[in-house]
Order: sequence, then C-alpha cells, then structure tokens
Amino acid sequence: MSAPAGTAGSGFSLRDWGSSLFWTLAESVTAILLAVVVGGIGITLFSGFLPNNHPAFDVGLPFAAYGALWSGAVGSINGIGSTLSYATPLALAGLGVGLGFKAGLFNIGGRGQFLMGSVGAMAVVTVMGPSQNGLITVPLALIVGGLFGAFAGFIPGALKATSGAHEVVTTIMLNYIFVFATYWAISGPLRLPNSPQAITADASAWGAALPTIHIPEVDILGLHLFGADVLGRDAHYGILLAVLALPVIWFLLFRTTLGFEIRAAGANSDAARYAGMKTKQLVVLTMSMAGGLCGLAGATTLLGVVHQMAPGYDTTIGFDAITVALVGRSNPVGIGLAALLFGGMRAGAQTMQISPGVPGELVDALQMFILLFLVINILRRWMAKRPTGGSALTTGAEVAPLAAEVSK
Amino acid sequence: MTGELASVPALEMRGITKRYPGVVANDHIDLDVRRGEIHALLGENGAGKTTLMNILYGLARPNEGEILLDGKTVQIADPSDAISRGISMVHQHFMLVPVLSVAENVVLGAETMARGPFLDRREASKRIAALAAQFGFELDPDARVGSLSVGQQQRVEILKALYRDAQILVLDEPTAVLTPQETDEIFVLLRRLADDGRSIIFISHKLYEVLAIADRITVIRRGRVIGDRKPGETTEAELAELMVGREVELTVDRGASHVGGPMLHVEGLRVTDERKHEIVPGVSLDIRAGEILGIAGVAGNGQDELIEALIGLRKPSGGKVSLDGRDITGCSPRDMNRAGVGYVPGDRHRFGLILSFPVYDNLILTSYYREPYSHGPLRDGAAVAESADAQVARFDIRVPSSNVATSTLSGGNQQKVIVAREFERPLKLLILDQPTRGLDVGSIEFIHKQIIAKRDAGTAVLLVSAELDEVMEISDRIAVIYRGRIVAELDGRTADKSAVGLLMATGGEANPAEEATA
Amino acid sequence: MSGIPDALNAIPVLGIVFQLVGYLLANLDSISNTTVAIAVPITLAALCGVLCERSGVVNIGLEGIMLTAAFVGWFAAAAAAGAIGTGTPSPFFGATLPLIIGVAAAVVAGMLVSLLHAWLSISLRVDQIISGTIINIGAAGITGYMYSLISAQSLVGAGQFEKYVVPQGVVDLPIVGWLINAVLSQGPVGLLTIAIVIFLQVMLFRSRWGLRTRASGEHPRAAETVGIDVIWLRYRNVVASGALAALGGVWLSMEQTGNFNAGMTQGRGFIGLAAMIVGRWTPLGAFGAALLFASVGGFSQSLTISHPTGNLGDLINLVPGEFWEALPYIITIVVLAGFIGRSIAPAADGVPYERESAS
Repeated sequence: MSAPAGTAGSGFSLRDWGSSLFWTLAESVTAILLAVVVGGIGITLFSGFLPNNHPAFDVGLPFAAYGALWSGAVGSINGIGSTLSYATPLALAGLGVGLGFKAGLFNIGGRGQFLMGSVGAMAVVTVMGPSQNGLITVPLALIVGGLFGAFAGFIPGALKATSGAHEVVTTIMLNYIFVFATYWAISGPLRLPNSPQAITADASAWGAALPTIHIPEVDILGLHLFGADVLGRDAHYGILLAVLALPVIWFLLFRTTLGFEIRAAGANSDAARYAGMKTKQLVVLTMSMAGGLCGLAGATTLLGVVHQMAPGYDTTIGFDAITVALVGRSNPVGIGLAALLFGGMRAGAQTMQISPGVPGELVDALQMFILLFLVINILRRWMAKRPTGGSALTTGAEVAPLAAEVSK
Repeated sequence: MTGELASVPALEMRGITKRYPGVVANDHIDLDVRRGEIHALLGENGAGKTTLMNILYGLARPNEGEILLDGKTVQIADPSDAISRGISMVHQHFMLVPVLSVAENVVLGAETMARGPFLDRREASKRIAALAAQFGFELDPDARVGSLSVGQQQRVEILKALYRDAQILVLDEPTAVLTPQETDEIFVLLRRLADDGRSIIFISHKLYEVLAIADRITVIRRGRVIGDRKPGETTEAELAELMVGREVELTVDRGASHVGGPMLHVEGLRVTDERKHEIVPGVSLDIRAGEILGIAGVAGNGQDELIEALIGLRKPSGGKVSLDGRDITGCSPRDMNRAGVGYVPGDRHRFGLILSFPVYDNLILTSYYREPYSHGPLRDGAAVAESADAQVARFDIRVPSSNVATSTLSGGNQQKVIVAREFERPLKLLILDQPTRGLDVGSIEFIHKQIIAKRDAGTAVLLVSAELDEVMEISDRIAVIYRGRIVAELDGRTADKSAVGLLMATGGEANPAEEATA
Repeated sequence: MSGIPDALNAIPVLGIVFQLVGYLLANLDSISNTTVAIAVPITLAALCGVLCERSGVVNIGLEGIMLTAAFVGWFAAAAAAGAIGTGTPSPFFGATLPLIIGVAAAVVAGMLVSLLHAWLSISLRVDQIISGTIINIGAAGITGYMYSLISAQSLVGAGQFEKYVVPQGVVDLPIVGWLINAVLSQGPVGLLTIAIVIFLQVMLFRSRWGLRTRASGEHPRAAETVGIDVIWLRYRNVVASGALAALGGVWLSMEQTGNFNAGMTQGRGFIGLAAMIVGRWTPLGAFGAALLFASVGGFSQSLTISHPTGNLGDLINLVPGEFWEALPYIITIVVLAGFIGRSIAPAADGVPYERESAS
C-alpha cells in the first residue's frame, strides 16, 4: 500500500519530455489534424443528404468545405475582422475558465456569467438614456458588465468556500437561473420604454456601441495593403480588451504573488494551506475574477456586435470557452491561440455554409473531436509505450473530484 | 493458555522476500502459525510487517519464497483468492462503507441470496446475530456502520471474516484506534476465536499487548525475523531490545550544544481533532535556543495534532504557546512563519511540495511573499532564480537545473528542497516531522548535519519522529509522548534506547518517577 | 364568491392560501397532466445519473446522451419508414415497426455514447467533467449538423407513439380518478418510466447488484478487498444507464412529438442532474424531485392559460414568470449548499478508481 520511496534519477524522464513546449504543440496539432480528417470523413459520408441531389460519398466535398472555412476565416480583410470579432469573447471567457483551471476550479458557469455581463452593460446603457456620450458610457458599461459577471462567479465561489458545494454543479444550476434572470431583465427593467415587445434599447442607436474598427486605405510603395473601409462586418474595439486581457492575466498568474498563490492552491491546496495561503479566500477571489472575465465577454459582445437584447438572448460561449481553455492548456498564450482558431472556425463556418452548403455545426463537431483526441492523448499513445495512467490533457491543475475524499 | 497444536501448521511462509526499488521490505522471512494460536508479529513502523501480510492477502507478490496452507503450497492471486482460501484481514484503516448497514457491510462480496437477484436480508441478519452471539458480543445488523463506535466497527470487520468462515485472521494494529477498555474486549474476543480453532495473526508494536494476548511472538526488524519468543519466556525489556535493535548506528557527531535562553514555551496545550476528541489533553514543554528536543512516541499518540497546533493549522482548545517571550497561541500559519517558525512536514508530497511546480518555486513556497522574492504584489523572478541556484548549490540538491518539475527528483532531493527552503533563513523555532522518512543513508546524514548546524546557529529545534534511532541520534533532550501527554523527559546523550522504547510502548505509568531532566 | 371566502380575503395570507387551494383544485386536471408528462424525460435523465453516480462516475453528459438518442431514434425510424413503409399502427400505443426500430436504435446509440464516457472516465481516467463536456458539445454539434442536412430534405418522421387512454369510467371515479388519469395517460415510455423507477429503487436497495453498486460508489477500495471488480461494475452501470437517458430522448422525438429539432433537449439533462441531487441519488427521490420541478412548470403553464384572480392574482403578478422556471435550479442550490436538508453525494463520486497494483 505504501508506495516505495521515489527513486527516480535526476535525469529527464519521458514525462517531462512530454510536457515540453514542443510536445504540447505537437499534441495539439495532431489532435486538430485528426479532427479535421475525421470531420472530412463525416462530410463525405453524409454528402448525399445535401440539397440539389448532391452526389453521395463526395470525396471532394471536404476539401471544398475546409477551403471555404479557411477563406472565410482568413481569406479576406472582412474574414479576418470577423475572426477577430468571434475570437474576442472566446479569449475573454476562455481566460475566465482557464484561470479557474489554474486554481483547481472547474467553471462551467461561463454561460450565466456572460449573460450577467450583458445585462450589466445593458443596464448602464438603459440608465444613461437615448442620447448619451459613448466615451463615458461604454467604459462604464464594460466595467459594470464585468462586475455583474464577477458577482455571478462570486456566488459559486462563496458557496464552495462556505459549504463545500462543488462549483461544477452550482455553476450549471446558476447558468439556468441567470438565463431566466436575463429573460426577466429583458422583459422588465431593461425593456425599451413604451415598447410593445420585450426588447431592450439598441446600444448603437443610443450612442453606446463599441465603435467599429475602420482601417483607411494604405498604399505603401505602390502596394495596396488595406482596402477595406471597415475591418470585417463586426470588428469592434472590444477586440482590444481581449488583446489587453491576455497579457494581464498572464502577468497576474506568473508575475504576481497572487498568481503564485492561485497556481499553488490549484496544484496542491493542502501544501498551499500549509504554506500559509488562505485557500478559501483564493477560491472566492478566483471565481469572481473568472466570472468577471466571462462577464466582459458578454459586455463586449453586447456593445460591439449585438447591441440589443431580445428574448432568447443566449450564448454557447460557456462551453466553447471550456474547449478554448483546454486546448490552450489554461495558459493565456495558448488561450489566445485557441480563441483565434475557434473564432476563425466560427467565422469561416458562415462562408462554408453558403458556398458548398456544409452546415456550420461542423465546427461544433470538430471542437468535440479535437478535445477527444487531446484527452485520449493519441500522439503519446503512438510514440511511446509509457505506462499510461491518467490523461495528459488536464485542466492544468488538480480539479477536486466531485465528492469529498474517500473516508478511511 | 495455548490452544491445541496440530502437527501441521495452518499457515507457513517460507523464505518470503519482497524487494521494492531501493528497499528490501522482506528479507527471507519464515513464519509459521498453528491452529488455535494467536501469533503476534512485533516490529517497528516500516519493519516489514504490513508488506508480509499484504503478500499473504494477495495484495503484493513476493519475489521469492512460498506460502503453505495446511501443508500445501498455494499461490494467492488476489484478495478474493485469499478469502476463498479462508484468509481474512482486518485492515488498520477499516474497509467498511460508512453509509451501509452492518449486515450490508458484512455480506458485501459474499451475499446470501434469496430468489433471483435479491438479497436474503433476513437470513443474513440471522447468521450475523448468531455469529455475534457465538463469540459473545452484540451488534444490531441494521445499524449504520458510520454511526458505530470504532470498537464496534472493528467487530464488524471481524464479523466479515467470520461470515466468510475465515480460518486465518490477520489483524493489522487492531488496538491502534481503540480505548483501553475496547482493547480488553477485543482481546477476549480474539481468545474466543482462537479457542474455536482459528489462527490469529496479530500485528503490533506494543509490547505489553503482545505479551498479554499472544501465544507466540515473532519479532521483525528491517525486513528480517530477529527472534521467536513465547510470552512466558521473555520480558518487555528483551522484546524492546529485539524490536529496536542494539547495534551501533552510523551516528552524526552532534557535538556539544551551546544552549541559550528559553525560546519555545508550551504550557498545558490542549488540542482536539475534527470529531471533537481531545487528542492532546495537555502538553507542556520548553525548548531553549540552540537545543534539539526530540519527541519519541508511537505514531498516533497526538504528535500530528501537537505539530498542527504549533504551526498554526489547528486552533488549540486551551493552553499557551509563546516564542521568545511573545505569545503566539492561535496565530495563523503565515504569522507563525513571520514570527520565525520553520516547518518540515511529515508527508512531503501532500503538505510540503507542489510536485508539478519547478524546483525554484518550491524553494520559496513558504517565503514567496517576502523580500527579495516579491516586492509588494509583484514577484521577482530573477531573485527567485538567483536564490534557487544558491540553495541548490549550498544544499547539494541534485538537479539538472532548478526549473525542472519537482516531481522528477528523487525522494532525498525532494526532501532537500524542503530543508533548503526552511533552513535558508534565520529561525527561532524549527519543527521537524519525520524529516528523513524513506530516505537513503546519504541524505539522512546530510539532513542530520544541517539540523545540527541550525541548532548551533541558535535555533530551537523540535524533532518529532516515530523512528527512535533518529531521535536518539541527534536530540539533546528526549521527551516521550504517550496518549497525548509527555510522560518522560530524558537526556539525549545518556538515555537508554530500550528504556525509551519501553516508555513509548507503555507510557511508563508504572514508574512515573523515571522523569529525569538534563 | 360567497360570504365566508370574502371575509377570508380580508386576512391576506389566509385568503391567498385559500385562493391558491381553490385555484389548484380548479386547474388540477391540466396541471397534473402536464406535470407527469414534463417529469418523464427529467426522471429518465436523473435515473441515468443515479446509476452512474451511485457506482462512482459523475455524468454531466446526460444532455448529450439524450440528444443523440433523440436524433438517432427519430432518424432510424424515419429511414425505416422510408424503406419499408410506415405500416398500420398496432393497438399497442400505436406502435409501428419503424418506431420500434427507432427505439432500438436510440437505445443502442445512448449506450454507445455512455460507453465512450465509461472508457474515457474509467479506463483513461480523464477528468469526468471534461468527458461529459465532450459528449455534450459533440452531441449538439453532430445532431445539429445532421439535422441541418436532413431538414433541407424535408424528411418526414415515422410518427409518434400514442398515449394510453384511461377509460372514462376510471377518470370519473371520485377523488382518485384525476390522479389515475394523470399518471396513466402516458405513452409507452412514460408508463415504462414509472415502472423503471420502482424497479431501480427495489434493485438498488434490495439486490446484490445494488449493494455492490452502492459500495463501489462509496468506498471502492473496500469493495475491491472483498473481491468485487469495481472497474467492471462501473462500466456495466455507466453503459446500462445510457439506455435510460436514451429513452428520455425517445420520449422527446417519438412520443411527445414526432419530430426532431436541433437542441431539443433544452437543458432537460441538466434538470435531470438537479433532480438526482435533490432526490438524494435515489430513483424514487429523483422521480419525486422531477415531479416537483415539473409541477412548478405545470403550475406556471397553467398560470398563462387561466390566470388566477383576486389577491392571489395580484400576488402572482408580482412574481416574474421566469422565477417559476428558475425555481428548480434555486431549490437545487439551496439543497446543495445545505441550507435545507443537505444532499450528500456518494463518497467516491467522480474519483477515478485506481487498482492497487499487485506488483
């Protein structure tokens, strides 16, 4: 029963080798490529269901679909703008989930926190009235949105710290509570005055939208570099917030004592407690910060893209953010790259859906296969016969099992 | 007192050898147990008793040797194989499901069935009640196991064995968790089982118990059988000597201590555990600057709770702790750390290190918040790295670089990381919990030297260890803890090992006048 | 209203209680009928959760399993109908061969998805929450993809099962007639669900399988020391539980309606998780919680159909309609946090089991 004392030498073992940057990247790339192959097989298999008597088992269709996906994502200035715009909330919410992972917390509450962030931002817009100065209200709305999201994260954090209720279950339940709270807000306090329908004000019409990014035409040495007046349909300055948040969270995690405490509590909360860290307070704080980031995702989406909330206002960001954080290995750099990848896929999906007519849900299926191949750790299973125990794709920390430790 | 002795032993283990990487846990152990016999296996923690029994129970496979049941060689593949051969084990940590009833726990895995897939609960309860009555105790088959006392839970474990008609019953430290009264009761029960013709293997390191209950005693030390005795033909003193050994150990020159003024003063400290049991009913001790106080005691006599109270993880329920004249009773771990208390935890993987972190982060795990490692809320990575390199060199931690994950280090080097971290700064009090457990000889020697050096720098050192050798080797004074009380204090240089062993095992209540001071 | 209730209205609290009772009695039929129906898929999802978690495997992929089964069942039935024709509905719940093929396909699909979860979480010891998330994302993506393709084909489903019609004589029985009607006027899955609840409740607490399951979820090592193969037992439970969630999917796409829609589970898997928790990981408790949740739904539906009048109506107007929909989740959090009668998970729930190696 008692494990013999560790007698490993001081040399590198295969495991450390595997955790090096190269292997991490190789694993991710392998998983993505495999997912693409499996997705392609799926496209071919069901190509007969496409309209206009599309030939069955069309081997060429995956190439057309992925080509459209690619060109839709990065093939034009418009596409790039759209990709960035999709990547923005993914990066913010991905950071929210990843930060939780680093602290050993599994935040499934991204959906509710996103919605609360939207509600908070909309509340500011509503209070400020039809003619407002965007320079004041937009930052204020972003801040309030972040705070609303933080509050939505604070609740499961506080529940865990005080009663031990596991955050996975409480955040799932809170998601639905916030969905209904959002519907209520839309039909009640945030309703556009004198509107017959349950609908909020249009932030853009009231002057409170995040401005769209305009790129002037640039000719350098006769080369026509940028031609589009507007960078993508939805590209807005909220992108800057994500661009800012990535290094800020990285800095927090790896350059501050608080970040050290968060990572320590996530990796071994007993040792953190013995080292004098206040692990319960860290849980509350981290969940609040995670909620705040997801809230910002909601606020930027509202102010930058959607502008208006109507019944049915909802998001799949909560689960997408889990994928982003997992593929990005909970590291801000990785999360940024993963957000671009999945943002690009979402942007390209629209093109793909129009041109070869392959449904956009392909992107969700690809997401699933990427995750699946990552968790079963296919590359390492091929490359090395290492005694496989757990999976290499972890949340970056030890997320506590749902139940307390087995009593002796 | 002895049961009937058949010609063929019920169990015979011949030349059992079990090697783990770097350790020989069992070295050609021979053991034979007869029908109707209570056979004690006596040895210190880590002597190899549990490994031997795990081999018998199919939880581990020996590298060499054979097992004979009733004279026939058998291979025991796994626990269910052992059970089907009539071997049952009562684990030290009970293998009971707290939310299930007594009857459910007893029948689990050997269910009495009614028709179809259904359990025959009535029949099971009847059999359980009959078995309990046969051996003279009572248990409500419908009671939830979690609501039973520890003594009753143990009886459930024994019932599990009887329900499977076990002929050989292994009890691993069965009295470790019992009150004296419960201990007496279990002894009566064990004797009845033996009189019924069953063989009992009783694992213990408590001398008086072994003498009280066993028909035969086999003493194991460092994986080898040292002696075979009968209770009538031996004494506690002889058993203690066999158990802890006499040979001169590789000792560190502890030098003369230059004792300074009083540093740690503990008065009437009381500590309770999660279940509100008072584990430490009142400990008083003093350590002066430049002195090592070793606390000797059998594991589970309140050492863990005492330490947790002293480092701030557990609020004492009474008493006073002061350090260098300052009252620090009930301070948080961080405040203790600030006050100059260093701590090397016993379970380094769980409490001492974050294995997935690089070595340099573990080297500052308890001091990351202070200069030069951080300035306000910001970490100073350069300072951390610089200090890490210095400490790696100073404490001879064998790593390719200080940014490898700590999990890749050997046990000795991992422990050196903790020692380097805690010893690096000036300390008033250093608390060491089993600082050399599971380490190789070289690392042990190195760490002992560091402890002596720290002492000579004027730190008060509190060393807690279940390994008597270690306490004897480097302590200036030795305090023996027994059931949460200090029962004796002895001079570390003159104390007699078997006398200390006896105090550890018995509490020495027969002779309280033995208290000697340095 | 006559004199006495009018007088009672002067005492607001009591008056409102009386009005509430009156309102409930008046609308009992509609509330109770919708309640049992709403509760069916929630119960099936919760039972799937009970089976998994009692043996020590957390399953948040209930939603995905249900959705997959709902699609596969509907699609298989539609394809079968296309190939062999719908045939005439049998008197047995209007079952047709394509529908039965659909049910079989749905159950197999649910068990296969569960097998994936079992493999990931038991054998590979992947974080069980991640595994469940993969299943949820994948199910939404793949069924959504297929639905998008097929909806362009205007593929017609194979219809749906019919409900059992309770004889009018029974419905008219005084006092219990409405109850019997509410419980029994179900399709085959609805009726089967009630049977499964009772069956599982008995099995879990009276059979050898149940005892071993509970032991594996509480203290797997103790189970292993008495010779129980914990890994194998968890596999069997998780895979079998997939069939239950699959029946929930069948109910959605072949009993309640005859159609499949993208994301048609609409969070029922997660409500099932909640019902399992509030029901304290017992089949009967989960059913009770599902009924409670559903009755809140039935009540709020009834409010929109016939809004109460008087003080009660005024009071209910103060409560946003969304509150009723959020209530099940609020109850679950309250129960989880231990504010009222704490609900405690099996001790080894979500803890991957690693066998002691007999090296």
